[in-house]
Amino acid sequence: MLHTFAVYVDNKPGVLNRVASLFRRRAFNIESLTVGHTETDGVSRMTVVVDTDEYGARRLEAHLYKLVPCRRVDNITHAPAIARDLALIKVAATGEARTHVMQLVDVYRARIVDVSPESMVIETTGTEDKIDSLVEVLRPYGVVEMVRTGRVAMARGLVNGRRIAPRTGAGAAASEVNGDISSCSV
Amino acid sequence: MTLTGAQILWEALVREGVTDVFGYPGGAILPAYDAMLAYPIRHVLVRHEQGAAHMADGFARASGRVGVAIATSGPGATNMVTGIATAMMDSSPIVCITGQVGSRLIGSDAFQETDITGITLPITKHNYLVTGVHDIAPAIREAFAIARAGRPGPVLIDITKDAQQASAEVDWDAAAPRLSEAYDDALPGDGDAHDALALIATAERPLILAGHGIVQAGAERQVRELAERAGIPIAVTLLGIGGVPASHPLNMGMMGMHGEAWVNQAIQEADLLIALGMRFDDRVTGNLKTYAQTARKIHVDIDRAELNKNVRVDVAIARDLRAALDEWLPLITPRDRAGWLARIHALKGDAAVRDIQNLPDDGHLYAAHVINDLWRLTHGDAIVVTDVGQHQMWEAQYYKHDTPRSLITSGGLGTMGFALPAAIGAKIACPDKEVWVVVGDGGFQMTMCELATAVQEQLDINVAIINNGYLGMVRQWQEFFYDKRYAATPISGPDFARLAGSFGIPAAVVKTRAEVAGAVEAARRQKRTAVIDFQVEQEDTVYPMVPAGADLHKMIRRPSPIVETAAD
Ligand SMILES: Cc1ncc(C[n+]2csc(CCOP(=O)(O)OP(=O)(O)O)c2C)c(N)n1
Ligand SMILES: [Mg+2]
Repeated sequence: MLHTFAVYVDNKPGVLNRVASLFRRRAFNIESLTVGHTETDGVSRMTVVVDTDEYGARRLEAHLYKLVPCRRVDNITHAPAIARDLALIKVAATGEARTHVMQLVDVYRARIVDVSPESMVIETTGTEDKIDSLVEVLRPYGVVEMVRTGRVAMARGLVNGRRIAPRTGAGAAASEVNGDISSCSV
Repeated sequence: MTLTGAQILWEALVREGVTDVFGYPGGAILPAYDAMLAYPIRHVLVRHEQGAAHMADGFARASGRVGVAIATSGPGATNMVTGIATAMMDSSPIVCITGQVGSRLIGSDAFQETDITGITLPITKHNYLVTGVHDIAPAIREAFAIARAGRPGPVLIDITKDAQQASAEVDWDAAAPRLSEAYDDALPGDGDAHDALALIATAERPLILAGHGIVQAGAERQVRELAERAGIPIAVTLLGIGGVPASHPLNMGMMGMHGEAWVNQAIQEADLLIALGMRFDDRVTGNLKTYAQTARKIHVDIDRAELNKNVRVDVAIARDLRAALDEWLPLITPRDRAGWLARIHALKGDAAVRDIQNLPDDGHLYAAHVINDLWRLTHGDAIVVTDVGQHQMWEAQYYKHDTPRSLITSGGLGTMGFALPAAIGAKIACPDKEVWVVVGDGGFQMTMCELATAVQEQLDINVAIINNGYLGMVRQWQEFFYDKRYAATPISGPDFARLAGSFGIPAAVVKTRAEVAGAVEAARRQKRTAVIDFQVEQEDTVYPMVPAGADLHKMIRRPSPIVETAAD
């Protein structure tokens, strides 16, 4: 089954590589992985979705904790949580079809964010299911390009209120030759 | 005081208590080497950087201290990879320091530039690319803390040449390691002591599986006490050898692929396995579907990621073994399990045990004899460092280790070429111990260049080459599983005695049983490196054997009752 982890990591060069490499080396299949800044400077948060069983999930959590820049791992699979995906969908709809697409966009509470003579770009946020279903209904009109962020998720309420302080010291040995990972997705 | 990065490196090593390092210079690490002579650290010049990593590993395994290896960028760094992976698999705490091209050149495919932090990412506990002089001291302090913490392992620090050359003031207090506090949090679902104690109290046929973690945690006494109080027999893994004395009446011997037949049978009959600091490697379980089906299982390991990995257990405890056992011991109710012990002894009797010493000398020289004689002649007191192959298994079967850290061997990675360099590290860590290398003719040829290191360092190491003219262990697999098609396993070698002579090392050739003792004693008397070429039976076989992936109790047994195992 799909497990969703919120993983807090020091925002340092190579951290994304360490996490991705761990999943590859341990033969876990990443469904999606997103990274972004958190409320704390120097700490990034990843949302990782993995297909595994309960034992696998526990082992993965333990492995993540063994990565030195990993600060906290929450398995929010079974916690009440809000999960969202964002998609940009380019549809090659013109003439008559355009009106139909605009109606569908309304029904799905999506937005049209760009229009050109041959195509339009639709932006939508929601659960993966909702986006999948929107993509399906748009497909007959010609989906020519799509990009999705992958799932970001947050538990409801104050489940784990402990804040993570930014870290200094050796680990902070950041170098200007490597970029930071403040925002990227896999 | 202002120091250069190179000076900070050595100062930091001295502050970590480092007295010896194993390394090889080159362009990108030259500033560090230039600063080295001013510091009270012995540098051992290796002949190949793989040797440096193995020496650091052998040093760590013999002493429990962190071993240190140094190399230059590019080929120097990549040569260490096998040694780092070996240390990772066997949880050996080493710190490897590599030079790197100048920070402005990184990413440009500069001369001898290699992404060694990328290459070693999956085979280190952690690694660092240090590009600024201010980051050197904190990186080294943290690296030592990580190498030692929890389940030990290798850490690599890659330091650019410009960082070594730049100068800075160091605030050593500010450089103190700040490891994540999350490290020790328990996860929901972790088992607790009460569950474990309840299982132990009610078990009729319990067995302790004793692994490397016992030695790593320094829990040898606790494990013995647990066994004695609760009347529980013990089986050891290859790396658990020495953690419980071989002579202890409750120590039944080694488990697994080449373990004792009665030990594997006992595992299959047990109703409780208490796995302490071991990880249910496929070499000890055989077929997981039929492994210990009748047993409940308790697993204590400091690495939570090992729990429920290969074998599902009833009680999983992620904890320092010594702390866990210290808590259990007062709560253990003494029990007499004479029936179960008698059952195992009956299994042992079934196994056609013979004292190999009583076998008639039929003119053949068997490796098992050589090793058993070596055990007697060294009074079981030596540190024996083995390579990988048949001789390694015979060592495990016929040299009886009573003390921790007295067998050093590459278990998890099974790295041929490990023995000689690891023995050099062990000897430097424990100069007062007698050190023996037990190595095959194949593996010896992989790293025999380190004989020159032993000579240059004036070390007293004894090398027993178990020379069978084959890559014996692979030949054995071909014999059993590939219809005796010996593809690429016959191996020639130099005249090892003359080779040793060319290094200025005294050597002997032994072809009969009668010559063994004389050669061993002569080597022991000489307070310098010595080599003995034991020309043993060529097509001898390690018995018993569980074929890879087969059921643990379905062992291939020796067809004729020659040498099953040593009785004593
Ligand atoms: C570096 C490396 N390459 C290959 C192997 C596969 N291997 C395992 S045992 C063995 C044969 C070892 O031969 P030798 O050193 O002569 O020891 P013997 O088995 O004859 O005692 C080989 C090739 C290995 N373990 N390590
Ligand atoms: Mg051989």
